[in-house]
Amino acid sequence: MQQLLDRFIESRGWTGDWAIELVYFLGMLFFAVALLLVVVTPFTGIVSWAERRIAARMQSRVGPNRVGPQGILQWAADGLKCILKEDLIPEDADRILFTAAPYLVFCGLFGAFAVLPFSEHLVIADLDAGAFYVMAITSLVPLGIIMSGWASNNKWSLLGGMRSAAQIISYEIPAALSLLAVVLAAGTLSLQGIIRAQGWSPADWFLFRNPFLFTGFFYFFVANLAEGNRTPFDLPEAESELVAGYSTEYSGMRFAFFMLAEWANLYVVASVVNVAFLGGWNVPPIAEGVVLTILQMVVFAAKSLVLVFVIIWVRWTLPRLRVDQMMLLCWKYLVPLSFLNVLGTAVWMMIVPEGSAAGRVASWLLVLVGLSLSGLFGLRVRKNLKDADVGRLYLNPFS
Amino acid sequence: MSPPSLDRFRSRLAGTIREEPNPFGDAVFRAEPSDLRDVLRSLRDEHGFDLLLDVTAVDHLELPDSKPRFDVVYILRPSVGSERVRVQCRPPDEDLSLETVSDLWKAANWAEREVYDQYGVRFRNHPNLKRILNHKDFVGHPLRKDYDIKKQQWLSEPDDLMDEMRKLRGGAEGEESESVLLNIGPSHPAMHGALRALVDLEGETVRHTVPEIGYLHRGFEKSAEKGTYTHVIPFTDRLNYCSSVMNNVGYCRTIEKMLGIEPTPRAQTIRVVLLELGRIMDHLVSVAANLVDVGALTNYWYLFNERERIYDVIEALCGARLTHCYVRIGGLAHDLHAGFEEGVEGILRELPKALADVERLVARNRIFLDRVVGVGAITAEEAISHGFTGPCLRACGVPNDLRKDEPYYGYDGYDWNVIVGTRGDTYDRIWVRMEEMRESMRIVAQAMKKMPGGPVDVDDKRVSLPPKTEVYGNIEALMNHFMIIMEGIKPPAGECYGSIEAANGELGFFVVSDGTGKPYKVKVRPPCFYVFSAFPRLTEGGMIQDLIATLGSLNIIAGELDR
Repeated sequence: MQQLLDRFIESRGWTGDWAIELVYFLGMLFFAVALLLVVVTPFTGIVSWAERRIAARMQSRVGPNRVGPQGILQWAADGLKCILKEDLIPEDADRILFTAAPYLVFCGLFGAFAVLPFSEHLVIADLDAGAFYVMAITSLVPLGIIMSGWASNNKWSLLGGMRSAAQIISYEIPAALSLLAVVLAAGTLSLQGIIRAQGWSPADWFLFRNPFLFTGFFYFFVANLAEGNRTPFDLPEAESELVAGYSTEYSGMRFAFFMLAEWANLYVVASVVNVAFLGGWNVPPIAEGVVLTILQMVVFAAKSLVLVFVIIWVRWTLPRLRVDQMMLLCWKYLVPLSFLNVLGTAVWMMIVPEGSAAGRVASWLLVLVGLSLSGLFGLRVRKNLKDADVGRLYLNPFS
Repeated sequence: MSPPSLDRFRSRLAGTIREEPNPFGDAVFRAEPSDLRDVLRSLRDEHGFDLLLDVTAVDHLELPDSKPRFDVVYILRPSVGSERVRVQCRPPDEDLSLETVSDLWKAANWAEREVYDQYGVRFRNHPNLKRILNHKDFVGHPLRKDYDIKKQQWLSEPDDLMDEMRKLRGGAEGEESESVLLNIGPSHPAMHGALRALVDLEGETVRHTVPEIGYLHRGFEKSAEKGTYTHVIPFTDRLNYCSSVMNNVGYCRTIEKMLGIEPTPRAQTIRVVLLELGRIMDHLVSVAANLVDVGALTNYWYLFNERERIYDVIEALCGARLTHCYVRIGGLAHDLHAGFEEGVEGILRELPKALADVERLVARNRIFLDRVVGVGAITAEEAISHGFTGPCLRACGVPNDLRKDEPYYGYDGYDWNVIVGTRGDTYDRIWVRMEEMRESMRIVAQAMKKMPGGPVDVDDKRVSLPPKTEVYGNIEALMNHFMIIMEGIKPPAGECYGSIEAANGELGFFVVSDGTGKPYKVKVRPPCFYVFSAFPRLTEGGMIQDLIATLGSLNIIAGELDR
């Protein structure tokens, strides 16, 4: 299996034999589509279920628990319902744009899966310009959102679309600049290359490589939250203000595409942060072959899912920014700081060569900083729990 | 300014204005239409009656003194203090118009529109005299006694509000394309109930706001004239449905004032407990919804779980969760049930935890503070001019609270504080409510501790039904029962204004009795009617998101706003 996959994944030149090329091309296409449909769709569905269950736990509710064990098949039931629903297009809507918009959003996010690795060898396409490709293909999403907002012919949708355009285009800059610092440190645009430039131990992660990348991680994370329309930046679909924002007029399967894209986006954001800062699939060299691949997949997925959890957690904790405050945060703070980051990373790389003792010490110091920050956070949580006098903690997620 | 004093006013205006004797002890002055403005201005500027509570009218068609037919009533009160004064004025039948006072009090703008809408009394020089509760194409004035209630009117065309918006926008027709008009509501998740605001947007900045109310107008005041005094109690449940017991008490207290009845000590204490539980429920809903409006969704469940806990207790008490209908004229429907005390203890134990949870989530949250501090701010002077009462006025720093100003039911016997804010913004309104819940819990705890024994109904044949054993065994009791049920409780003829401090502010009932078992007129003074009249002032210049945060903090309840 491993060899078969390797052969498919292996980059190859033009053989001159049409039949072989056609089989190879179709095989790749089949593999990619199968991956998207069989793996990614249920995966995003399960993320949606997880988000609802986690939110319910945080809000002292139960959440979906009827379809399948613990409600884990809720996404399938929801999807089925959406397919069966009437597909409504408003009379005054721009029909072409209205129908095209959800697919554009969908393609933008699912296209990103093409370069997201699952393990060292398991990736649909390891593009040389992977980082650039991710930034570019996900830019289809705001386009789709603006299209849907405009084509709905509804002022609420339009407001949502406009907010989205302003937001995503603004936050693209700090996101790209922070990623640029990573690219600078890794010396490559390929996502696999970026991961290979890191190691399995936290001291080898770009997160702790130097102080600039350490802060850059937070800028990148915040900017990605904003690009993914997640709280506290969920202004485009602010349900208490804009009803449902750009997707107000959508129903049935088209609406489901928006929702699917939203949850797929959750994983894309988490994976890109993981690749850029958290060492991706790097594992200690304790196994090889299929076991290694599985281990890498598990590690990669675990890191990404932790980030997904953090994003969900943030969503159900924070209020929403106002539209001017959102722009203020980006242009007055994130953009200058991430410029500083690129510069700082470059200077750091000049002064402290990679692999030098000073660099190692700095990394470990930063790991310590990170650990103590988490420790402080833990203490704070403990104090709050004590003050709140909650009595017993319910740690079983399914209780 | 010297403290408000009616005696000074009496001596000052002796001769120019006539004081009318009132059977219920209210201070009522009769002004001539030509003097009306001067009298009201003098009351406001020289005697400290700076809060115009309500303007209404009485149709004297079926009363003995039916000439001139309409009597317009202005109810005033100092913003801090207990005295209350009514100035009444009869416009001549042939002209049926009075000079407006909307330039003296901003509250008069909507109040006079309502009088015009319901009675057809016109106000000269009013800036915008159009219907407010009824539909724009409605024919007739429904609260007139000769309005045929069975006459049905088919009204389907919504008001585009462009007449008001054009005035606000100014300029020529061609210039209008620069900004966008947007209808927020009446069906919008953030417009709690059915409110509508037409806003003029420049980008996301609100330039002008034109609110429209009346989507939930169901003619409470007309319906109240059709049944007996007891029949009105369930209707009052639907006024502020977030704390319906407070409306029950407000209404029954007014009728008891007319009858000269004081409820028994036990009934009073139970009413205090229920009033404060009602206040807590109302504030819980308001704060929770407000936090949802700024996007802090999780707090909603923390607060609503506690609201459900209170509902469970009240459901066990009276069988209803939302519309309690537990209070009766002269007492209560029945005594407390066996588990009530434990239920209240549970509330007092759990509610502080929920409030602490919410505080931990938002109190020092930068995003939350940025969203609410300084948003929708109003000064105390303006708030008083708009007729604010309750938490919204206290948020501006005015310690206006009827429970302190005019203590009833022994509120002065409890140890509690009036919570005031400083800036009058959304943050202060949320926090005044948060702290008031804590004060209410203190009152509930003290009231439960001192709960006296004894009956809950007054021993008065005019209002209390005799016990069933008596009714079946004794002809006198049977007749008494029959008379109260069939003819109703009969307060003496006259006009009376009674009010309590409801969750949103001063909830007043102006009741006119003609001596029969049916109310001649019941006028509600809903606190949020006046609060909502300041909505354009609070929102213009902010953004859409500010408008929604501000609206949440005002706690507009459509049931009492539109009646």
